[in-house]
Amino acid sequence: MASSILASARAEPAPPSRARRTRALAVGGAVFVALLIVTALAAPLIAPADPIRQSLRGRLAAPTLSGADGKAHLLGTDHLGRDVFSRVIYGARVSLLVGFAAVVVGGLVGATLGLLAGFRGGWTDSMIMTLADAQLAFPFILLAIGIIAVLGPSFPTLIVVIGLSGWVTYARVLRSQVLVLRSREFVDAIHALGGSVARVIARHVLPNVLSTLVVIATLELARAIVLEATLSFLGLGVQPPTPSWGGMVHEGREYLDSAWWISTAPGTVLMLTSIVVSRTGDWLRDLLDPTLRGE
Amino acid sequence: MRGLLPFLASRLLRAGIALWLVSTVVFVVMRLSGDPVPLLLPSDAPQSEFARVRAELGLDRPLPVQYAVFLGHVLHGDFGQSIHFRQAAFRVVVGYLPATFELGLAAFTLALLVALPIGIVSAVKRNSVIDQATMGLALVGQSAPTFFIGILLILIVSLNLGLLPTSGREGWQSLVLPALTLGAFAMASIARLTRSAVLEVLRADYIRTARAKGVTEALVVAKHTLKNAAVPIVTITGLQFGTLLGGAVVTETVFAWPGIGRLAIQSIYNRDYPVVQCTVFVSAVLFIVINFCVDLIYGLLDPRVRSS
Repeated sequence: MASSILASARAEPAPPSRARRTRALAVGGAVFVALLIVTALAAPLIAPADPIRQSLRGRLAAPTLSGADGKAHLLGTDHLGRDVFSRVIYGARVSLLVGFAAVVVGGLVGATLGLLAGFRGGWTDSMIMTLADAQLAFPFILLAIGIIAVLGPSFPTLIVVIGLSGWVTYARVLRSQVLVLRSREFVDAIHALGGSVARVIARHVLPNVLSTLVVIATLELARAIVLEATLSFLGLGVQPPTPSWGGMVHEGREYLDSAWWISTAPGTVLMLTSIVVSRTGDWLRDLLDPTLRGE
Repeated sequence: MRGLLPFLASRLLRAGIALWLVSTVVFVVMRLSGDPVPLLLPSDAPQSEFARVRAELGLDRPLPVQYAVFLGHVLHGDFGQSIHFRQAAFRVVVGYLPATFELGLAAFTLALLVALPIGIVSAVKRNSVIDQATMGLALVGQSAPTFFIGILLILIVSLNLGLLPTSGREGWQSLVLPALTLGAFAMASIARLTRSAVLEVLRADYIRTARAKGVTEALVVAKHTLKNAAVPIVTITGLQFGTLLGGAVVTETVFAWPGIGRLAIQSIYNRDYPVVQCTVFVSAVLFIVINFCVDLIYGLLDPRVRSS
């Protein structure tokens, strides 16, 4: 018994090497995202083939270094003879474009509503927060499906719908920061000296929540990328022939038995991206914002 | 039991607002979608016929009136006729509900059966190989896209190993993979939460006291720890049940499972908007009712929640 008491007492303090490890991992995650961005931007330079050019003779070729057309197909070709490797590379463009744009939309809407709720208070505040509660009380993907079904899938619709599905977290953080600051005397002093609300936001609210916002944005990026892929998989996202990871997994579904690479190549890259980005968010949270920690 | 009624009232109000918001969004989106009449009539129908149908559907009336009429219909479960099935949309959706319930319940049971033991063992054997392996897997399960988990399971379990059917709804065999796919996220979340809840309790003074008294380690975990760790586990578990409904759309599509999720997607392809709207609304009601019940159970279990 005594040994187990000692054991539980000994296990408590976290080793200092852990923070160093977390930092290394977070940097690794950032490098991964940076590489992905470079890949997306330089897709025409990196991709060995045109991602939408079909080749009926070279259909469903397994991963090979010397295909029927004499070219290498590192990840094989799909049911229309398109090079899967090139399509995966171009697919990064869609994922990142929709992902980042959705994060910006969600962040802007969330920040605006959060600041408004915090500064105005009263009726405005309770209305905005009720809206946030109501949205959280509903699986957003269903609503997204309903909206996209009617409006039709397009990049702007996707970005707005995915972006709006994530505004609540930003709004909550900014609102509570404003509420904390509003009661402080120096904010009254700024007002008394003729400083504007914009100045209070820029100089005092944003710097305080910047690291938290970075963490939220990273986690939101992972969510947005997965949501876009899911919608594209369901046929409600990016439309063919534009290559998107979710859409490619969908296209390869019928050929799982004979040409497994069509689905698994983009799916694996998507899964890896989602895991690395969301883990990076967790690591950043541990580094930047210990108050948010907790599983 | 004091404090329970106001708590109930506030949660009921929130559920009501959420439902009203969902129906309003459905209405707005429906109006944005343009005129549904060309979908209902042959393209060569005379102009008078178009006007007649438009009046019949109330589309010639002012928007606020249309909105009020729409809310009234929603309250009665009236979402119009399904264009594809040629019967009331609400009845179509209700017909597909049992399959979704079956899948949801199976996924949830599976998630609990796997996640609870894993979470407890991981906490007790903290930092062991089992702990690190299962928690690593749980992190993957939490961030991997549901549809790709399903595709991988089909590829490996059905096609390569030939163990279970790839799709359909015949016998328990066809239920296993969809339930695993749908339950993966909940499984991962519940396992991680159970681990941290149990760890939290293991640090408490009364556990140290129990150990000092000479209570065996097994009894410390089984009796003293689990009881106290139960409250957060029950809450998150309940909330996961609601989230399963959202995942059902994807899982049902991957495995051709005949539930309301797949119905929604197929109705979109069929341009059968009454059914789409009805599915969204029925799912919203289910989700909100489940969350409400979870809140209620939580309020009963832990009196501190009611005041907040």
